[in-house]
Amino acid sequence: MDDVQSLRRQFPILSRQVHGRPLVYLDNAATTQKPLAVIEAERHYYEFQNANIHRGVHALSQEATDAFEAARDTVRAFLNAPRREEIVFTRGATEAINLVAHSWGRSNLAAGDEILVSEMEHHANIVPWQLLCEATGAVLKVIPIDERGALVPGAFESLLGPRTRLVGITQVSNALGTVNPVADIVRKAHQAGALVLVDGAQAVAHLSVDVSALDCDFFVFSGHKLYGPTGIGVLYGKRDLLEKMPPYQGGGDMIAQVTFKKTTYNELPYKFEAGTPHIAGAVGLGAAIDFVRSVGLEAIAAHEDALLAQATRLAGEFQGLQVIGTAPGKASILSFVMKGVHPHDIGTILDREGVAIRTGHHCAMPVMDHYHLPATARASFALYNTPDEVDALFRALRRVEELFLK
Amino acid sequence: MSDLRDLYQEVIFDHNRHPRNFGPLPEANRHADGFNPLCGDRLTLHLRVEGGVIREARFEGAGCAISTASASLMTEALKGKTEAEAATLFEGFHHMVKGEPVSVDLGKLSVLAGVSEFPARVKCATLAWHTLNAALKNEPEPVSTE
Repeated sequence: MDDVQSLRRQFPILSRQVHGRPLVYLDNAATTQKPLAVIEAERHYYEFQNANIHRGVHALSQEATDAFEAARDTVRAFLNAPRREEIVFTRGATEAINLVAHSWGRSNLAAGDEILVSEMEHHANIVPWQLLCEATGAVLKVIPIDERGALVPGAFESLLGPRTRLVGITQVSNALGTVNPVADIVRKAHQAGALVLVDGAQAVAHLSVDVSALDCDFFVFSGHKLYGPTGIGVLYGKRDLLEKMPPYQGGGDMIAQVTFKKTTYNELPYKFEAGTPHIAGAVGLGAAIDFVRSVGLEAIAAHEDALLAQATRLAGEFQGLQVIGTAPGKASILSFVMKGVHPHDIGTILDREGVAIRTGHHCAMPVMDHYHLPATARASFALYNTPDEVDALFRALRRVEELFLK
Repeated sequence: MSDLRDLYQEVIFDHNRHPRNFGPLPEANRHADGFNPLCGDRLTLHLRVEGGVIREARFEGAGCAISTASASLMTEALKGKTEAEAATLFEGFHHMVKGEPVSVDLGKLSVLAGVSEFPARVKCATLAWHTLNAALKNEPEPVSTE
């Protein structure tokens, strides 16, 4: 990887101070900061190209359309998806999952059909399926996790049955950092005749994804966890599936012809992109992907692995601190609790030291229930974090100890 | 760290470590559950109200230092108060933690004044009081800070 200091200079926000201290931003699993390349791409779009897309005959509309569609090509290449029409822009991973649950789910599921999700899913990969089950009479089944925060070995295989229609699985757990064996899950699910949706929201910034090799049926992610803008995300779906699915929302851009007798729908991917999309967001996401690829995901992973190893070692030396989520091969997340101090109090004290972490249930309440905890504190690392910042985290945790446990 | 000391006063640590009136109250005639979905804190409040006067108040649950201390201090402050007096206290407490002028004497509750400098923590301090409101109205649904 490039020198981390030169990378940091590309993120203007990292030079600011918080409560008079240098910002130590360790809440990257919630959202990452944005490099100049992304900020400038959005700015350039609005300064020079802004227009509505796919319709206007004027020059700006054509340029805006070209920029938006170029971003789609960038996403396609990033995921190694076979075809550009398999890339649907959404508001984020959440909307992408809701799209599949609503469109595919309501036209394919019957009462008694089963959907499998894991116990470590984000609420975004639980609640849309619960809504679908309520509407169709399908049944949601849960693959349990063990004390390390890994899927219980053999549990998925034993839950997979003739009524299983879809498996929704996160590639990387946002609350624990666990990396799931998604390729193995896809293979076994397909043998059982079930589809697989992979929630890549937490994965795409840390490991390289190849949806062709993975052979998953759907893959979703959000731009803002990949150094891109908020409000833009992606659904990848296999063309054969997307072709057969009804539209998710109706409106402009998703139609071929409208009469009051009958409306015919536009071709893929526009069938699923009703209304004016977040054009600038897509352009920014394209720039974010170019940025990540220029740094290199393998180099990023190696850098973050070193930070996680350092943090895990320091956590082990910290009496009273317990790491939650100890599966082997974790990605960039250190979730923990401290004896005698509630995570919310840890978060407030760290904030005053300039250290930004997340505290709470991380939108994964079933994970908290599994560990019988109301909440955890979570530090999550990105390509711009440094070993000094990991040290700063633990110095700040010593202040918590001083204040609370002296 | 001076502003942190404003938030985390010794009295708050004391009530966090040794919450007063903590546990069930078999003779209670009012109950309510409070929940802060942002941090997962849960609290159950039990009251014995006779003739419009709060005779006993106890709480159970798990929360951060601010919400635990606030619940503990609240149960102490409530004993012997009429429902109307309790409502007035809540109003004054709410003004205090929002950094607004307070016209009632809050007594020991004023150790939580530092919360006003930490907007993200106001809901921790008010969870117990919102739960009190629900208990006095005998609302069956858990009350949420959101």
